[in-house]
Amino acid sequence: MVIIGGGQAGAQAVDSLRREGFQGRLVLVSEETELPYQRPPLSKKFLSGELTTERLWFRHQGFYDEHRAELLLGAKAARIDRVGRRVWLADGRDCAYDRLLLCLGATSRRLSCGGAELEGVHYLRGLTDAIRLKEAIRPGARVVIVGGGYIGLETAATCRKLGCEVTVLEMGDRIMNRVVAPRVSEYFTAEHAAHGVSIVCAARVAALEGGSSVERVVCEDGSVYAADLVVVGVGAVPETRLASDAGLACENGIVVDECCRTSDPAIFAAGDCTNHPSPHYGRRLRLESVDNAFEQAKAAAQNMRGHAVVHDRIPWFWSDQFDNKLLIVGLSFGFDRLVLRGDPATRSFSVCYLSGHELLAVEAVNHAKDYMAARKLIAERVPLDPEKVRDPAIALKDAI
Amino acid sequence: MIVFIEPDGRRREVGARVGISLMEVAKQHGVAGIVAQCGGACACATCHVYIERGWLDRLDPPEDMELGMLESAFEPGLGSRLSCQIPVTAALDGLEVRVPPRQG
Repeated sequence: MVIIGGGQAGAQAVDSLRREGFQGRLVLVSEETELPYQRPPLSKKFLSGELTTERLWFRHQGFYDEHRAELLLGAKAARIDRVGRRVWLADGRDCAYDRLLLCLGATSRRLSCGGAELEGVHYLRGLTDAIRLKEAIRPGARVVIVGGGYIGLETAATCRKLGCEVTVLEMGDRIMNRVVAPRVSEYFTAEHAAHGVSIVCAARVAALEGGSSVERVVCEDGSVYAADLVVVGVGAVPETRLASDAGLACENGIVVDECCRTSDPAIFAAGDCTNHPSPHYGRRLRLESVDNAFEQAKAAAQNMRGHAVVHDRIPWFWSDQFDNKLLIVGLSFGFDRLVLRGDPATRSFSVCYLSGHELLAVEAVNHAKDYMAARKLIAERVPLDPEKVRDPAIALKDAI
Repeated sequence: MIVFIEPDGRRREVGARVGISLMEVAKQHGVAGIVAQCGGACACATCHVYIERGWLDRLDPPEDMELGMLESAFEPGLGSRLSCQIPVTAALDGLEVRVPPRQG
């Protein structure tokens, strides 16, 4: 078995394959030189200095040795020979496979405007990005963040905690506009403002300017923001090159079926790089999610051994910004009613998306109970009474 | 030293570095039954454990987020905690922790 990619999915697949009793040769190829590590803390506790690199590792080297997993780190997979069932590495080495798992992840979408290549422009995807950014952050530095999504806002909060002057430029009319309801955007906008982060919406970046290093960000409306460093968080694109070069079906990700199989029966894929069906929601999804990577890799590992385990999870996500925890479960496509539970002024509330009596998704701000209850209610399609949902005195699990 | 009692009853006595979380100790030693999907963000409730009798009051009490998470964990009970929220201290040397049969 060969796994390409050492992120959440790749690391989990190693674990699952051995746990499921696979005894044969197991190779993990990762372009990164680090042991497989967790990415979510990169914009938070790693950037702030609370966690060291070692504490990001999923497993220590001893685990891989003990489980006879060969890690080829710093090794770039260059080509898949599907006929010969062999992966060729950029350094000329090759590995034969019976089953191949692609956990290629996603890469940061790049800015294409003028000045995007200047020094001092950062992205945040991998550990090397985070280390580079961490080294550049100085108290008092003027940090301009392009993009008011999770990465941008988490990085903004961390930079602010580290004493930077932070401005977030969001292209849309509100922050996190693709992932949360207006009430939640509003709450987080106020939280950032209270901590001294300046958020500017409807700001379309026209150019980055400076000598060798970035000095300012210029928007289309002519506004100018002085910057010592710029962090770009404008989304990610699935990494599919290796798959598409090999002729595997790709369309907004590597196309897989509910059993994580690509268009080649010997090749599976898991994690952010996949475009996969969600039986629960009856549509195809491409998610950037720890849970999805983890669970899809688990299913793929079993299916690589001849099983037919269906990957059908209710997606969930979280984000930490200052002392707030945003927990999201489910997908809101097709909702016909949005219900606010609780008062945002109490700093603990949730927003529920319903379609008729069915709960589709919940965004919970500092509200673990609603979030945990929703995970079950959504998965089991428990019919709810929207009037009871509206009443925060009734536990969400009892709003039936 | 921390003692983990795995779901099948096996006792695992493992060394633990002060300052990291109980969940991290469990993951480092591959203790069975600790999933810890979110990596310690108190966002998934898959590192649920039962703290054995006599140890509970030596821990800082759980915060609201953790309590809310535990409410819907698998078979919460007396001594239920999320291991990611418990930092290892010198005072916890010898702590006994039982891992539930499943998470979530």
